[in-house]
Amino acid sequence: MKLEAIDRALLAGEQGAAARRAMTLLVRYGEACGAERFISIQSAHIDGCLYHGPSSIDFVRRFVDLKGKVRVPTTLNVAAVDVTHPGWHCGARGLIAQQKKLTRLHEKLGCLPTLTCAPYQRMVRPLRGEHVAWAESNAIVFINSVLGARTDRYGDFTDLCAALTGRVPLAGFHCDEARRPAIVLMLPSPEAAGLPRDLYFAAIGYVVGRRSRGAVPYLRGVPQGASEDELKALGATGASSGALALFHAEHITPEAADMPTAGVPVETVTPDEVRAAIDRLCAAAEGEAVAAICLGTPHYSLAEFAALNRAVDGRRRADATEIYVSTSREIAAEVESDASFDGLRAFGIRIVVDTCTYLAPVVRQTSGLILTTSGKFAHYGPGNLGRRVALMTLERCIRSAEAGKVVEAC
Amino acid sequence: MLIRGRALIEGMASGAVLRLTEPLSLWGGVDLSTSRIVDASHPQQGATLAGRLLAMPGSRGSSSSSSALVELARSKRAPAGIVTTRGDPILTIGALVAEDLYGAAIPILIVADEDLAILPDGASAHLWCEAGQAVLNFPGDALLGFGMPHLP
Repeated sequence: MKLEAIDRALLAGEQGAAARRAMTLLVRYGEACGAERFISIQSAHIDGCLYHGPSSIDFVRRFVDLKGKVRVPTTLNVAAVDVTHPGWHCGARGLIAQQKKLTRLHEKLGCLPTLTCAPYQRMVRPLRGEHVAWAESNAIVFINSVLGARTDRYGDFTDLCAALTGRVPLAGFHCDEARRPAIVLMLPSPEAAGLPRDLYFAAIGYVVGRRSRGAVPYLRGVPQGASEDELKALGATGASSGALALFHAEHITPEAADMPTAGVPVETVTPDEVRAAIDRLCAAAEGEAVAAICLGTPHYSLAEFAALNRAVDGRRRADATEIYVSTSREIAAEVESDASFDGLRAFGIRIVVDTCTYLAPVVRQTSGLILTTSGKFAHYGPGNLGRRVALMTLERCIRSAEAGKVVEAC
Repeated sequence: MLIRGRALIEGMASGAVLRLTEPLSLWGGVDLSTSRIVDASHPQQGATLAGRLLAMPGSRGSSSSSSALVELARSKRAPAGIVTTRGDPILTIGALVAEDLYGAAIPILIVADEDLAILPDGASAHLWCEAGQAVLNFPGDALLGFGMPHLP
């Protein structure tokens, strides 16, 4: 690779031994990716703070021992457990101590302990055209597509090396040519698919992820006025069912108008295909016992809490059904200090922070279905938790929580 | 049979091919304590990755898959090598860090879609991955005439 003065200085250890170690890994990574040179980044979002095992700590500790510091503003993704509610944790007991250690090590490197998968909702919003190094698949697809910022699909380790050096190889979605659509997908409207809006965006995301096969799709037919929360759901589900890292939605996302679509192959998504995705993610029979409702994958926004507040108004949860919402500490504090959300507390909602219920086991009952509005939860939950999961609308989730069993769709 | 490709991560490996018919997310799709595929929607659910030559048509999903690969390497349950169809940045960094932290070489070979599709599942093979020569060889075939290196 062609190195600039800053890259050579980093490799020579002039910015410290930790930066040298990170840069050495990045050069090998850049060569494997076929990059010709490095570019500077404006921020980083680290996914490696989620504890997977001793290797998570082994990697970060070396940089701490070398007295490393991040060179750009750096946020942390979710952790493996909500350390503020240790009593809710149903997984391995040792995990809490290991996770605290891993988070602390990242803080020593100068990372902000945001512990959220959706920092773009409040704290950090990369600008259009800005190069950043973000990990966490839903955050990658959101900032690339909805904000028009530029990050490649970074995995754990690359993200921290980028933060410690402020540099990344010029490759993947940093480059103009990789951002151009390779497939145009014609989508049915929610009405044509016969789906309520919240189910529609999860289902579309699932189909788009599968259909794109790693290519960038240009989507025609996404409803105008789609909210950020709806696009968040589309992207997160597509990143789970496929490797969706960037989509362009006609008249909606910022880069769509500049994208050439002439000569790009066009495929039509049929209403049947969208409904089939729902059938696949919602294999629940009416009357089945419901152990819990899990919301907030990705982390719930304030607008989603407001919608939930309206949905539970005047209702009463069945004693046997638990209900959890995952979000950031910052949004949780806002909800908890606002009296207009008293209805959520009356309904018995537990707000999980720092982590997400699709990976952190919190549901106490060992049998019964888990219901969710999240396509990402419905995709990963069964494998991660060993539980049956069903995707449905918020309204049906809440009516089922009231009944303690799956109720029919309206 | 000899499949030629491009070396993404260099190294050598031998093992039985585990050919997946759909992409897999190593995180969320694999139980890291057993290396078993747990993704309920995956056609090869139940197969184990440890010691296999993992052949998959692209990857998908989580950016934690690099951590998953390294954690499998630490506990000696990683695939011996990976054959795939696209240069995946998340697998790439996982393989680099697995070697850096634990000295575990997980070579990655990039091959054409149509070549991946014909790999015989379960057959023993040797993966030889270096910049000038990146091949997957199934023993029993004539090696002569291909300019093959001598494989262990």
